[in-house]
Amino acid sequence: MTRRLGWFLAGGLLVALLLAGVVSNFASSSPDGLDATAREGCTFDAQGQITGGSCMLQREQGHQLAESPLANYGIRGIDNPWLSTGLSGVLGVLVTFAIGGGVFWLVRRRTPEKV
Amino acid sequence: MLYGMDIQAMHIANGIVSGPVSAVFAAFAALALAVCVWRARADLDDRLAPMAGLVAAFIFAVQMLNFQVLPGVSGHLLGGTLAVVLVGPWVGALCVSTVLIIQCLLFADGGLTALGLNITNMAIIGTAAGYLLVAGLLRVLPKTPSGLGATALIASVIGVVAASQGFVFEYWLGGTTQLSLPWVAGTMAGTHVLIGIGEGLIAATTVATVARVRPDLVYALRRFRKPPPPVAADAAAPATVSGGNA
Repeated sequence: MTRRLGWFLAGGLLVALLLAGVVSNFASSSPDGLDATAREGCTFDAQGQITGGSCMLQREQGHQLAESPLANYGIRGIDNPWLSTGLSGVLGVLVTFAIGGGVFWLVRRRTPEKV
Repeated sequence: MLYGMDIQAMHIANGIVSGPVSAVFAAFAALALAVCVWRARADLDDRLAPMAGLVAAFIFAVQMLNFQVLPGVSGHLLGGTLAVVLVGPWVGALCVSTVLIIQCLLFADGGLTALGLNITNMAIIGTAAGYLLVAGLLRVLPKTPSGLGATALIASVIGVVAASQGFVFEYWLGGTTQLSLPWVAGTMAGTHVLIGIGEGLIAATTVATVARVRPDLVYALRRFRKPPPPVAADAAAPATVSGGNA
C-alpha cells in the first residue's frame, strides 16, 4: 500500500466516523420505507405496541440477538442517547473496516511483482 | 420528530416472511456470495482491497443516516450503486453483504432468519441493477466527475426500487400476513423511488468527490472503459494472444 493511498483511506475513514459518530444523531427517527409499509394498517400506542388493525408487523418475531450490547445502534449501559448512538456508530465503522478490509486483504490477488 | 433517539430497525425482521422461504433465500444468498468471492478475486489487488474495506465502512456509516422522505416515513442509503462505481460489482456486492452481516450480528438490525432475504435484496438485486445501469450509462455519459455523479444518481434510483421489489417477491412467496400484493408492491415502489433519489444524491456526491480527488481509485473509470477496438486483421490470423500482461 502506498503512502498516498494511506492518506486517502485515513481521510475517508474520518468522514465515515464523523457521519456515524455525530451526524447519525440528527437522522430521522421515523420508520424507513420498509418498516413504514410493515406498520401500515395497524394502530400503535405511545410505546409502539400494536393496538389494533392488521399489518405485516403483527407477525414480527424478536431478533435472536436482541440482547446484543450494541442492539439497535446503542451501547447498553450508556444512558445518554447521543453518546450511545454516536459510540455505537464509531464502533460499527471500525469493526466494518477491520473485518471487511481484513477479509478483502486476505482473499486479494497477489501480484508477482510489486508496482 | 425526536432527535437523539435510538435508531429503528432498518431491514427485514424475523417473521415477516415464512421460515422455509427465508431458508431458500439464505441458500440463494450464500451461493451468490460464493460466486461474488470467486469473481471478486480477479479485481481485488493491493489497492482495491483496502478501498473495499473503506467502502464497506462508509456504507455502514451512511446507512445510519435516515432522511425524511414523507411525513412519518424515512429512508436510508442501501449502497449497491455506490459500491459498484467505486469497487466494481463483485466486490461491491460483498461490501454491502459485509455491512448487512455486521448489522445483523452486532446491532440486531435485520433478523438472523431474514439475513438471506436482506442480502438478496440489497446486496445482490440492488447491486446487480445498479451495475447494469452504471455499465450502460457510462457508454453514453462522459467519464468526468459530473458524468459519474449523474450515472450514480440514476442507477441508485433504479437499484433501490429493484431491491424494494425483491422484498415484494419474497413477500409474495412467503409473506406471513395476507395483504394485497399490488398494495405492497405499490407502497414499496412509491417510498423507494423517494429513498432512491436521496440515496442517489448521496452516492453522486460521494463518487464525484472521489473522482475529483483520486480518479485512479474509481473502479468505474478504470474498468468500464470502452473495450479497445478489435483488430479485425489480427483476429483472422491464427496468432497467439498478444498484448497480454503478466
